[in-house]
Amino acid sequence: MNILVCISNVPDTTTRIKYSADMKAVDYSGVQWIINPWDELALTRAIELKEANPALVQKITVITAGGADAEPTLRKALACGADDAIRVDAAGGDSLFTATQLAHAVKGEPFDVILCGIESSDYNGSAVGGMLAELLDYNSVSAVSSLNLEGNSVKVTREIDGGKQSIETAAPVVLIVQKGIAINPRIPSMRGIMTARTKSLKVVAAAAASPGSKVVGYQAPPQKSACKMIDPENMDELVHLLHTEARVI
Amino acid sequence: MNFEFSEEQLMIQQAARDYAQRELIKDVIERDTHAIYPTEHVKALSELGFMGMLVDPKYDGGGMDTVSYVLAMEEISKVDSSVSVIMSVNNSLVCYGIEKFGTEEQKEKFLKPLARGEKIGAFLLSEPEAGSDATSQRTTAEDKGDYYLLNGTKNWITNGNTAGTYLVIAQTHPEKGHKGINVLIVDRHSPGISVGPHEDKMGMRSSDTHSVMFNDVKVPKENRIGEDGFGFKFAMKTLEGGRIGIAAQALGIASGAFERAVKYSKERKAFGTEIANHQSVAFKLADMAVKIENARNLCLKAAWLKDQGKPYGYASAMAKYYAAEIAMEVTTEAVQIHGGYGYVKEYHVERLMREAKLTQIYEGTSEIQQIVISRQVLSEF
Ligand SMILES: Cc1cc2nc3c(=O)[nH]c(=O)nc-3n(C[C@H](O)[C@H](O)[C@H](O)COP(=O)(O)OP(=O)(O)OC[C@H]3O[C@@H](n4cnc5c(N)ncnc54)[C@H](O)[C@@H]3O)c2cc1C
Repeated sequence: MNILVCISNVPDTTTRIKYSADMKAVDYSGVQWIINPWDELALTRAIELKEANPALVQKITVITAGGADAEPTLRKALACGADDAIRVDAAGGDSLFTATQLAHAVKGEPFDVILCGIESSDYNGSAVGGMLAELLDYNSVSAVSSLNLEGNSVKVTREIDGGKQSIETAAPVVLIVQKGIAINPRIPSMRGIMTARTKSLKVVAAAAASPGSKVVGYQAPPQKSACKMIDPENMDELVHLLHTEARVI
Repeated sequence: MNFEFSEEQLMIQQAARDYAQRELIKDVIERDTHAIYPTEHVKALSELGFMGMLVDPKYDGGGMDTVSYVLAMEEISKVDSSVSVIMSVNNSLVCYGIEKFGTEEQKEKFLKPLARGEKIGAFLLSEPEAGSDATSQRTTAEDKGDYYLLNGTKNWITNGNTAGTYLVIAQTHPEKGHKGINVLIVDRHSPGISVGPHEDKMGMRSSDTHSVMFNDVKVPKENRIGEDGFGFKFAMKTLEGGRIGIAAQALGIASGAFERAVKYSKERKAFGTEIANHQSVAFKLADMAVKIENARNLCLKAAWLKDQGKPYGYASAMAKYYAAEIAMEVTTEAVQIHGGYGYVKEYHVERLMREAKLTQIYEGTSEIQQIVISRQVLSEF
């Protein structure tokens, strides 16, 4: 089996997001880029499966749609244990644009299991995985929190209201994974970091596609107002303020 | 001139940071309080390749440069210097010493397991009566033809009990003074070796410090590194590089405490505002930032010189001296910024302050670094 892990290159989760003065773009200056946390867990699970059964999982490929500045993130994935990488040379756009670019690079390639994070930590679109499955005409399962492979059978569990659901499906399939798919994201070893340079990173030209939507602007969240301390003896004032100021009761 | 790190160097820094902030942080207070050796962490860091990161891949090491080593040591030391000292002794004293000066057979037999972290090394120079003055070695390695007979006591040995491989400095020809000293690779489990009790230390409490006694221990001749009488030079050369490790450790202790102080100063309020808005706190942070930046630059300069194959003894003495001094200053101020909370374990800065103190003492005290630096200054200028 060949596993493909879709990697979104996102700002470090501790980044303070800034906007351009006209609020029409995100200001990415000085941002540290990382593998989207859900994709990192997906990659970790793929590596675990390959390590546990190298005869079954032959190859792990990582892919991203993005500019050359996304390559360090792909090389980090290679250092963690992916075998090769693809970058579709297409930056920006919405979920449909990204899914179209990924589908264009993947169509006809022998990938059995395609893993996508449930969302990316920057735009939280939660759409690429489903769209990719649709464009490839593959089965897909969403909100997957565990994955096992047996022969050609793909066994997953999903979190549902009040419990878990076990599902069996066959390759080729797109799995949209969430927390739980792996516990701790893989930390690359020295050996991994050294060999990352020698692994293939293929650049594929972008498909002719245009986004299905256009961003017209951004709004920053409102400033958190200061915390008001109320004397524990003074419950009347608390009730009064909750009623008149916070208007929650 | 270029102040950019390579992609690999940044990856190593991130890997060390991830491990420290996700794993080491979890039980660091517990391990420090009860002086518990970090067995699992040493194993995990060995698997990641940190225990032999400087060794050539041909001897199963990570093949990384010294700049990467400084970055990794800083990140690990931000959280736990009991772990980083194990990494430092193994990498920059024991592995380096064997790789640089050992024979091919010695590298094959001893370096490989050390580089893989399957065995941990210890460096046995200090004695009860020979600390700063390392020339007055009382431990003897008597030449018995095809073996050396080792007798004496070593003190303050990091990894003293857990190590599998010792590098022992001992006197063979007392009449020749420091030119009669040898260095021997000794199996920790050789007959005649006994290890004293674990030292109950002020800081780095979960690192494994012991005295080690040798009583008629036979060491094969082929375990001597270098020519007869090379031991003292070996120790001095190896410590030159070791100091970069300890300098980076001191840097990490300082920057770990600094990061906590900055965060705390933006959360804690006094007199109606976050304490960071009080100028005396903000100025403390400014002074700490400048000192840390200076220490980092000295560490990286020494590491860069070593990577370039240029002389680095002067630079590493400066880095070790300065970083250790400012680690003490910065951690003390970090405790001050935390007020009463800084004085309890939960906030980590008191532990970092205890750890900082050791960096002024081992691998050459601050005063010894001043001697090294001043000698160079006086001979050159
Ligand atoms: C936790 C710990 C771990 C250690 N790990 C190791 C290890 O793994 N291997 C190893 O070999 N050693 C190790 N050491 C030993 C350490 O390197 C020595 O403690 C150190 O070199 C100082 O020696 P000393 O303790 O004998 O102090 P002394 O040499 O007695 O020094 C006492 C004081 O006098 C000062 N002083 C001495 N001579 C001069 C001078 N000429 N001019 C000015 N001031 C001077 C010193 O700076 C110091 O302030 C460790 C020590 C500790 C505490």
